[in-house]
Amino acid sequence: MGLLSKKDTKLITDPLADNNPITIQVLGICSALAITAQLKASIVMAVSVMAVLGIGNVVISLMRNIIPSKIRIIVQLVVVAALVIIVDQVLKAYSYELSKTLSVFVGLIITNCIIMGRFEAFALANGPWRSFLDGIGNAAGYGLILIIVGFFRELLGSGTLLGFKVLGDPIEKTGLYAIGYENNGFMLLSPMALIVVGIIIWVQRSRNSALIED
Amino acid sequence: MEHLELFLKSIFIDNMVFATFLGMCSYLAVSKKVNTAVGLGAAVIFVLAITVPLNWLLDQYLLQPGALAWLGAEYADYDLSFLSFIMFIATIATMVQLVEIVVEKFSPSLYNSLGIFLPLIAVNCAILGGSLFMQSREIPSLGLATTYGVGSGIGWFLAILAIAAIREKIRYSNVPPALRGLGITFIITGLMAIGFMSFGGMLTGGDEEAPQEEKAVKVDSKDEKEVLANNIKVNE
Repeated sequence: MGLLSKKDTKLITDPLADNNPITIQVLGICSALAITAQLKASIVMAVSVMAVLGIGNVVISLMRNIIPSKIRIIVQLVVVAALVIIVDQVLKAYSYELSKTLSVFVGLIITNCIIMGRFEAFALANGPWRSFLDGIGNAAGYGLILIIVGFFRELLGSGTLLGFKVLGDPIEKTGLYAIGYENNGFMLLSPMALIVVGIIIWVQRSRNSALIED
Repeated sequence: MEHLELFLKSIFIDNMVFATFLGMCSYLAVSKKVNTAVGLGAAVIFVLAITVPLNWLLDQYLLQPGALAWLGAEYADYDLSFLSFIMFIATIATMVQLVEIVVEKFSPSLYNSLGIFLPLIAVNCAILGGSLFMQSREIPSLGLATTYGVGSGIGWFLAILAIAAIREKIRYSNVPPALRGLGITFIITGLMAIGFMSFGGMLTGGDEEAPQEEKAVKVDSKDEKEVLANNIKVNE
């Protein structure tokens, strides 16, 4: 066995499907839905959360024996807030337009329940390396849903992917538009994000009946 | 009039849950029963009504570029806005702790029914989101900031109350097994959000506070306008 033991691999792969933070644990939905109208924003958000959750889990795990349990929430918030400030400054420096699109939702990574949830449930009880893997795995599971939702909303809503016109040009009527296809602008509006996630949950639970609630 | 407009706008048009998806985690987790939903909703209104004005003061006199001018001319150049996340969250965490102590003292039954979720208000996106939107929308006065906080809180309260009532009733419906619980709740919330979109035209002149997605479109049209303006200049 190389770098990862079987148990460690499970930490990463579990959150991708059967223990997905969004569809099963119901964490981190807040910021997940609002920014998924474009695929690019979804990817940037996924990467940001991965950085914050991976590093944050390690930091909390290293401090787990010295944090008094009464004030642990405040300690955790300060750690996340510091990491998010770094992410925010990096985004502002290297991709200002995108940071404008994400607007307050970068700041809202702080209160992304997925981060506090993993700190509480995992990092406070496990060593740094396992916590790091858990953070990366959960952020990947979160990112996966974000990217699926972003993919469908951008494709069906504006006919583009990452800004490329994959379905042809709607103004010059090339590609699919030549045969009368129209963009579904409704996909860009906020309610559709909820409905798309609802459908993902439906598909996932139909495939795995163990996940069905009562 | 200003207050009434902002109040209605923050309840219906910019509803925390349906327009910006804030506070979704506790919205989904605590909405199984109407009673707990009402308790949490009331706590959110209360915390928002306190933290938004507090954070407005912090923003105005500490964080904004040039906000430190009241300390003396040599401080006027400081821009501490990069600290706003950490300042806001610290205020919120402190206030939530305070609310927790007060609720535990005066209403143990409410405290018991809210259980684990009261400390989680600190990490409720709706609370931090309220402060961050207050900052990014540049709300001009303390009074308006309070109105905005209360309004957003009431909007969130309405949303969680509505979904809790629906979820209590839906138990008697024949939902496809795979959609039961979370799935159907998402879809219902989506449908409710569509309903709330109809409030969009209620107040006119609120263009600058349109939802996220529309902003992106607007930037494009602005560019087009600039192009047009340039063309006109060239023609002249």
